[in-house]
Amino acid sequence: MGSFQKAPHVKSVFADRKAAIILLGPALVIYVVVMLVPVLSSLGYTFYTGSPINGFRFTGFDNITRLFHDKDVWSSLGFTLRYALVVSVLQIALGYLLSLFYLFVLKRLSTLVRTLVFFPVVLPTVAVGLLFQRLFAIVPQNGIVNSVVGFFGGDALSWFNDAGTAFWVIVIMDLWRSMGFYGVLLYAGLLDIPDDIIESAKLDGASGIGLIRHIVLPLSLPVLLSSIIFSVNGTLKVFDSVLALTNGGPGNGTTPLTLYMFQTAFSYGDYGYGSTIAFLLTVICLVVTVFIFRSSRRDLTKG
Amino acid sequence: MTTTAFTDIRPIPKRIVHPSRVIAKVASIVAIVVLLVIEVYPLFWLIMSSFKTQDEFLNAAAWSLPSTFDLSNYYDALVTANIGRNILNSVIATVPSLALIILFGTAAGFALEVLVFRGRGAILLTFLAGIMIPGQMILLPLFNAYFQIGITGTLWPLIITYTATGMPLTVFMMATYFRAIPREVFEASTIDGASMLRSFFSIGFPMVRNAVFTVALVQFFFIWNDLLIAITFTSSSDTATVQVGLLNFTGQYGATRFGPLLAAICVNVIGILIIYLFLNQRIMRGLAAGSVKG
Repeated sequence: MGSFQKAPHVKSVFADRKAAIILLGPALVIYVVVMLVPVLSSLGYTFYTGSPINGFRFTGFDNITRLFHDKDVWSSLGFTLRYALVVSVLQIALGYLLSLFYLFVLKRLSTLVRTLVFFPVVLPTVAVGLLFQRLFAIVPQNGIVNSVVGFFGGDALSWFNDAGTAFWVIVIMDLWRSMGFYGVLLYAGLLDIPDDIIESAKLDGASGIGLIRHIVLPLSLPVLLSSIIFSVNGTLKVFDSVLALTNGGPGNGTTPLTLYMFQTAFSYGDYGYGSTIAFLLTVICLVVTVFIFRSSRRDLTKG
Repeated sequence: MTTTAFTDIRPIPKRIVHPSRVIAKVASIVAIVVLLVIEVYPLFWLIMSSFKTQDEFLNAAAWSLPSTFDLSNYYDALVTANIGRNILNSVIATVPSLALIILFGTAAGFALEVLVFRGRGAILLTFLAGIMIPGQMILLPLFNAYFQIGITGTLWPLIITYTATGMPLTVFMMATYFRAIPREVFEASTIDGASMLRSFFSIGFPMVRNAVFTVALVQFFFIWNDLLIAITFTSSSDTATVQVGLLNFTGQYGATRFGPLLAAICVNVIGILIIYLFLNQRIMRGLAAGSVKG
């Protein structure tokens, strides 16, 4: 950015108004019309009830009050937060273990293993969800998981009939899907640590856990931070996995905010209240991101 | 790959094969095997089971292999259950969206990074903010708008929405790639008499074509694998994309007939697998780059 500002005579070449409008125009127009305007209009919906088919009716702040008294909002918010916390923590932890494994244990095989473990990341969530439904099945035949449980003498579980076990199936599936991704992301961060730092730490006698705790971990904090923000933002918006695996059930035992919003709008035809839930979700994403960012900032400057 | 450098140079303290090293070696082999079994076996099971007959599903153990490699499950999935039609819909929605995302997004990235005009910093930030917006926040007004214009029931809502939602990340990534190109390149071309517009199309775009390909791959997976937008804007099975078709499959046949369902999942997985076989390193790099947005 800096180089051309020092040379004002060249600036005129790049200050081409017509080219800027032609090149930037289409992207900006479609982005504003199809994303920014709907965001504002969705905010407007929160003051109404109804749908395009039945018509809208102005209700003021009713939706907001309803939000605070709606048991289903609290239970789906609880599911979303619990899910986001559990999956983010495990995703990052497993991903970090994988990345250390790639760097320090696997050497020649590293690329092959990384590529294989990454593959589920690009698979459609719907396909993976339906696959895991079969893996954890109990009817008509025990799926692979129940077969393994049976092999070790346990009783086959009806995983999807209980919100508690269904929650863990969703968690396991999402970890299976995403750990290869975080492994690669964090591995790239580890590669950025200069060799000579690790080398000289080894010469000073650091090894194993000590080397990782005192040298590698502090140096990978920045990439860990961006991974955490990415992971939390993704998991707060969980939708596909749940819809394909449990459809929110049993009852609404595994219904996240995203799915509750979807049902409110399209099954019950209330766009106003649906928008209010969507707004709540957006606010939570923003608040959590800012919170993680700021609290980690403080820690970084302390350390 | 980087570690070999220093282990080779400095075999300093102990070179005796300690029992603990043998244990570590065995442990690491076990870890690799466990990891690969966990990641690969479900897919192997999927492919094998997609050939099983209904009788085998009901009476044989889950880990048993199919007795024949019969393709009738695939026929049922693609033709009878209409997954073939769904795949075609996905292609029709994905190709134009990708083309528009790449053309508009690259041009905007160039304009925001190379050209100089007032407010470009603010515009880039506005695009960046779009990465944060949850899809749920735009669905309902868009549904209303498409309904008013009367294009529900076609694939246009998908194409328009995918193009818009792909824009923020594409613009941001392309701007980053253009940052790496020395400005002198474009100065030189203008001195040779090309307009800025011409410089973009005949110099800027070709110079970043590798990056364009990577970004296109990333966006391809986002669009192809999308469920939220597709399920919102496709009301009938005639316009359903492959993910929506797959999800409805369980409702129609899947709950009772497992073979065709697994074959349908398999078609979806194998298509992606073929792309992954050829382009895995680029896909991994692209997706990792796409996530680092701070």
